[in-house]
Amino acid sequence: MKYMMLINSAGTGEAQEEACEASFEDWQAFDRAVKDAGIFVTGHSLADLTTATVVRVDAGGRRTITDGPFAETREVLGGYYVIDVPDLDAALDWAGRCPGAAGGGSVVVRPIAEFEG
Amino acid sequence: MTGPHTEHVEAVFREERGRLLAALARRFGDLDLAEEVTSEAIEAALVRWPVDGVPPRPGAWLMTTARRRAVDRLRRDRAYAARLAFLAVEADRAAPPAGAGGDLPDERLQLFFTCAHPALNAEDRGALTLRCLAGLATPEVARAFLVPEATMAKRIVRAKRKIREARIPFRAPGRDELPERLPGVLQVIYSIFTEGYAASAGPDLQRPDLAEEAIRLVRILRRLLPAEREVAGLLALMLLIHARRDARTGPGGELVLLGEQDRGRWDRTMIEEGLRLVPVALGGGPPGPYGVQAAIAALHDEAADVATTDWPQIVALYDLLLALTPSPVVELNRAAAVALRDGPEAGLALLDELAGEPRLRAYAPYPTARADLLQRLGRLPEAAAAYREALGLAGTEPERAHLRRRLAAVDPDAD
Repeated sequence: MKYMMLINSAGTGEAQEEACEASFEDWQAFDRAVKDAGIFVTGHSLADLTTATVVRVDAGGRRTITDGPFAETREVLGGYYVIDVPDLDAALDWAGRCPGAAGGGSVVVRPIAEFEG
Repeated sequence: MTGPHTEHVEAVFREERGRLLAALARRFGDLDLAEEVTSEAIEAALVRWPVDGVPPRPGAWLMTTARRRAVDRLRRDRAYAARLAFLAVEADRAAPPAGAGGDLPDERLQLFFTCAHPALNAEDRGALTLRCLAGLATPEVARAFLVPEATMAKRIVRAKRKIREARIPFRAPGRDELPERLPGVLQVIYSIFTEGYAASAGPDLQRPDLAEEAIRLVRILRRLLPAEREVAGLLALMLLIHARRDARTGPGGELVLLGEQDRGRWDRTMIEEGLRLVPVALGGGPPGPYGVQAAIAALHDEAADVATTDWPQIVALYDLLLALTPSPVVELNRAAAVALRDGPEAGLALLDELAGEPRLRAYAPYPTARADLLQRLGRLPEAAAAYREALGLAGTEPERAHLRRRLAAVDPDAD
């Protein structure tokens, strides 16, 4: 069963300043563990939110492009993994080991939808 | 047909239903399928057994019948075809060894942990536990939580869907995970109990059936986890509280507080059982929160009246409980015990320190406790204001009636 782990950082402002950021070594170790366990499907970390751009198409087919979204929400998506593990408990266990789950961040675990036929 | 025979048959099936459901859910990984074929097997037994006689191993008969039905159903369903092949392999590999005397292995522990899984919505966990492990039908579960049947049906569907689609496993945590996961299961059972003991809303103060369901559930859990002291503690706590049920309401259904209860109406047999469990819960290691609460309940149950209750010991136990599970509600209970040990002034000072606690803002027992102490100190206008505040927060009619009587005693002008 495939699960996506959406890794949210504590966002900007006070929360982030107070939070102790995971080190590069922590992330490297986690990444290595995921790959060594043979459960890695895919995963990336995302560039800074200031580089994000939003596209919307309205009912008339007109396309609008805007800068953002900006980090008004408390948490910002910073990266993701897709892992293949037997069940939710296994996925939650990996999420708990992810450096992004600590220091004010969070990891949202979502099953990947499977379509039959 | 009613009578002892029917009741016996129903009791057997109620017990057997949970066990069958647990074994089938684990084997087929699908709670819906497990529920359907469990019901079908029980229906088949009700038709066949009176004619053919009860088979020598009723549990195994039910299990075989249910499993055949499940396999038939899976065969008919093309979408399940591939899964069946997978399951056949899995089932062979994981075939549980038959217990002594051919008894079915008890897999309800796994189901307890699935129903109380932290990934499920908190309010769905109790509903699912009542349905799957206590064997209550959806309308009964709806009544238990005082919600419309349709709402409860939706909640149960939502929870089962999450179990299926997010693949919440049917497994019990290992030794190392147990300390993290067991409190969640105990919390679910305790919240079923407290809803029965002190209904949060509705016409009745107590709903003893629900409290008894919770006691039944924790008894099952105790058999499954005999070495877990907190399970013993929770059973002790519930027995020691439930023993007072008959004295807790007056003839008109009105609330009778601990101090005014006729202690002769307490259930001595239940108290004895609870008292025997307290040392089990507290022995052999650091105490857990349910063990400590059971010890507090035991001191109340052993005392002849309020005056001779061991308040210093109760305050000490509340200190211990606060260290284990700090909460403003525990602070409130501790303050009430301090008032009985050191006098109302001391208790009131502690209560006033809790003013502004968000969790006590809409909690009727807080203004009620303040009102009581203010009344004892002769500060009647303040007591009346606090009773009025509590009246606006109390959930059941017997509680409100009690508060109106107390209010009338401090403010003769109140209507």
